[in-house]
Amino acid sequence: MGDWRTVTVPLLSSDSKNIFPYTSERKSPASMSSEVLRLSLPSAKSMHSFFSAFCTEENIEQSISYIDRELTTMGFPSIYVESKGKELDLVSMVNCMNELLVLQHKNLRAQEEIEIQHLKLGSDMDHLQNCYTKLKEQLELSKREIVGLQERDRQLQSKNRNLHQLLKNEKDEVQKLQNVISSRATQYNHDMKRKEREYNKLKERLHQLVMNKKDKKLAMEVLNYVGRADGKRGAWRTDKTEARNEEEMYKVLLSDYEQRQKQLLLENTELKKVLQQMKKDIISLLPPQKQKPKERSEDGPVLSDQEEDIGELNKENMWELSCETVREQLTNSIRKQWRMLKNHVEKLDNQVSRGHSGALNEKDVISREDHELETGKLELEIQQCKEMIRTQQQLLQQQLTCDDDTTLLLQDCYLLEERERLQEEWRLFREQKRNFEKERKSFTEAAIRLGLERKAFEEDRGAWLKHQFLSMTADCKSENSTTPSAFLRSADTDLRLVRSASQQKRPPSVLSTTASPEPCQISQYITQNSVASEKPAADYLPNLWVGSDGKEETEECTKTWEDSGLDTLCRNLHMEQLP
Amino acid sequence: ASNCQRAGLDGILGRNSLRGRGGPGTGASCVQHRLVVRDASTLQILHLYTCTDQIQYIEWSSDSQFILCAMYKRGLVQVWSLEQPDWHCRIDEGSAGLVASCWSPDGRHILNTTEFHLRITVWSLCTKSVSYIKYPKACQQGVAFTKDGRYMAVAERRDCKDFISIFVCRNWQLLRHFDTETQDLFGIEWAPNGCVLAAWDTCLEYKVLLYSLDGRLLSSYRAYEWPLGIKSIAWSPSSQFLAIGSFDEKVRILNHVTWKKITELEHPAVITNKKTIVYKEVEKSPTLGTERLSFPPTRALASSLFSTQSKYDICQVPVSLNYIKPVADKANPKVGVGMLAFSADNCFLATKNDNIPNAVWIWDMRKLKLAVVLEQLYSIQCFQWDPCQPRLAVCTGSSRVYLWSPAGCVVVKVPGEGDFQIVSLSWHSSGDSMLLLSKDHFCVCYLEREEVK
Repeated sequence: MGDWRTVTVPLLSSDSKNIFPYTSERKSPASMSSEVLRLSLPSAKSMHSFFSAFCTEENIEQSISYIDRELTTMGFPSIYVESKGKELDLVSMVNCMNELLVLQHKNLRAQEEIEIQHLKLGSDMDHLQNCYTKLKEQLELSKREIVGLQERDRQLQSKNRNLHQLLKNEKDEVQKLQNVISSRATQYNHDMKRKEREYNKLKERLHQLVMNKKDKKLAMEVLNYVGRADGKRGAWRTDKTEARNEEEMYKVLLSDYEQRQKQLLLENTELKKVLQQMKKDIISLLPPQKQKPKERSEDGPVLSDQEEDIGELNKENMWELSCETVREQLTNSIRKQWRMLKNHVEKLDNQVSRGHSGALNEKDVISREDHELETGKLELEIQQCKEMIRTQQQLLQQQLTCDDDTTLLLQDCYLLEERERLQEEWRLFREQKRNFEKERKSFTEAAIRLGLERKAFEEDRGAWLKHQFLSMTADCKSENSTTPSAFLRSADTDLRLVRSASQQKRPPSVLSTTASPEPCQISQYITQNSVASEKPAADYLPNLWVGSDGKEETEECTKTWEDSGLDTLCRNLHMEQLP
Repeated sequence: ASNCQRAGLDGILGRNSLRGRGGPGTGASCVQHRLVVRDASTLQILHLYTCTDQIQYIEWSSDSQFILCAMYKRGLVQVWSLEQPDWHCRIDEGSAGLVASCWSPDGRHILNTTEFHLRITVWSLCTKSVSYIKYPKACQQGVAFTKDGRYMAVAERRDCKDFISIFVCRNWQLLRHFDTETQDLFGIEWAPNGCVLAAWDTCLEYKVLLYSLDGRLLSSYRAYEWPLGIKSIAWSPSSQFLAIGSFDEKVRILNHVTWKKITELEHPAVITNKKTIVYKEVEKSPTLGTERLSFPPTRALASSLFSTQSKYDICQVPVSLNYIKPVADKANPKVGVGMLAFSADNCFLATKNDNIPNAVWIWDMRKLKLAVVLEQLYSIQCFQWDPCQPRLAVCTGSSRVYLWSPAGCVVVKVPGEGDFQIVSLSWHSSGDSMLLLSKDHFCVCYLEREEVK
């Protein structure tokens, strides 16, 4: 081993650092290995040249031993046949190679995944950063807004304060003006009084002047005095008359008050009547058997009061009493009864709202439906009636227009009727035909759908068969190796082979059992071949199946659906699939 | 159904003062010096009297036996008797002058107010006695008689204070004398039952005082303080309600039990209540077919061509009425409720808001709601209820008289040529006819009574 190192190092000097990390840079991180892989990836050609550079005729032994060592360190079985020392175990080598390739694939996939994840994360990061910046901007904006709003608030507050000040000033002003007004009013009143006094003095003076002077003109000329309207003589003014006047005045007032009292009494009696009626109604309205126990449970005296009142009701003269004595009793009883009635009504209301709201609505709906139905019926009837009237009118008109040849007309009418009937029948017939056509169409559609479904089913079946076949081929590798020529046959034989293979169902043989290297080589080759030829065979198989089956189907179709064109349609479908 | 009979008075000059008083169915008119008495149903001249000067005012006595003719310029009153055409009476106020004259309710006394309201002289036609009432107040409605004619209330002013004196009309004896809590008493009005006297203050202050016949203050009412106050007042015929129209375009109604406000009736310029019927007068020019035109045109046709007809349309609410913005810097602004009248059956109240001059508002007093609004083409001059039934007559200074009753309303045109501008109207006490007055003409409108089936 040690000597191999000495040889290989100079050889791989150019790439030694990367290819053999464990020699010098063993401590490099895991990422290095991926780098190595990446570097070793570039292309098959370079790999080939690289391998050729790595292994030459001279150092094949060392290379192999180096690889063996490397593999053993990586946990693979040795490529040397243990028993025979330096002899190479080709199978294990191939296995190792395969394992390595699988590992590489896995690593590549993992790398890809990681890269994708990395990219994803990067984009996520970018997105988040964007979000962050955006949010930051928003925050900034909101902060600015807040500041603006605060500023505005402050301004408004100051404005408000100013307005308050103004209002206060205005109020003061108003107060001042009111004071001014009142002072002016008092001044005005004072002046008015002064003027009026002067005016009164003048009046007095004038009065004296006018009245004292013996005015000759001031007089009344009457031809003769007339009697009073009431025929009485004018009375002298004495204390007696004065007293009588007073008396009369009071009489007038008294009569007025009496009249008013009478009116009030009348009103009162009316109201009392109403009250009595109401009381009776309330008592009759309130369910006594229901209300009594409740009242008793709540408060006893109420009931007794009520009973008393009921008793009082019968005493009609109670109403003749002055209100003052019975007022309290009356109002109390009325109030109580009223409360009871109110409670009762409220309870009823609650019941109604709770219980009947739904039912009522339903009822309402039903009635409406009924109503609509009824109206529909009526409309129909009206329509019929109208038609009848029209035909009658037509008939009448026809009769009126040509009375002479009524018989002819009648005949015509009958003919017309007949024709109409025939036309009606014709119409019905046509409708039936149309219906039939419609049905037929729907049936064809169903058939087409059926065919399509069948096709899909067959495809599925083919796929299944293919799968089965593939698994079979994988299983029967060992068997195939014994009969390699079989794989080189045509598809038809393949099919048969698949069938036989499926029938045989042999347990899969272990690779290691085939000891000889040469047949192994051949088998590998053949498997490659078979894999290549497998695909077209798998493609053809189900189609052939479908084709043969489809023909039978179409025959059936033609039998059942004659003159439907389905036959040709199905055929066309299969023709498309056949090539 | 009504028709108008028109009586032309030739050569009328000056103010035509005419009072159609009921009673035995007579009407009086005066033309300058002459007083003409006509039969109210036929308009035939019954009497003709000649006064010494131009008559400025006439008034029938309550029993329709006498007519008073006042000649203020001369300070003279002449009285004529219908029963005795040669009887006459002449009252001269002399140098004291005369500004107002009226009959006492018994029809046997005449109350003359002298110039400067120095005194009221009560002249008796029965005896030679003369009574004086000193210090009468110079105000819009300073003297008021109760409906039964027993008492008279006089507003007085002494020592810068307002007083009310109540006299017994039978012998002019002072019954009560009391001062009122008013700044400047503006008017007094008896309730129709004669037991309550309403007194209201000047428009500067909103104040109504209610006094009993015996001088007790029953109540006082004040709606607001500073703005201009009461503009008009009306008692309902049953004395149940007192309607007070004020400058704030509202009518407040007081009740007779507590004397508190029952309701406030507003007079908005826009009627929105769906239950209110708005009748709007619309003018339409007559449409004449060409086949009816003849040459030369007949007189009737010609007159009908040049006169427009009008009718009432029922407007759909909301209706905005013609509103005049009052001038604020003038005294006695044209704003507020200036006219108020209850119908004879107490059921309706008619009002006029002075800044919506073309509309009459009719309120239903049973519901205390606005029932009807009549919007006329011209401003309302005068309205008066039929004394017997709920029927309102309105005039607007045009040649048409408008009648409203709960059944609807009609427009009646004064027939004849020329323009007859009705400025005032007065119902006959029977409610059968109506006197329509223009500046120098009068006509009587007879309403045909519907046959009661």
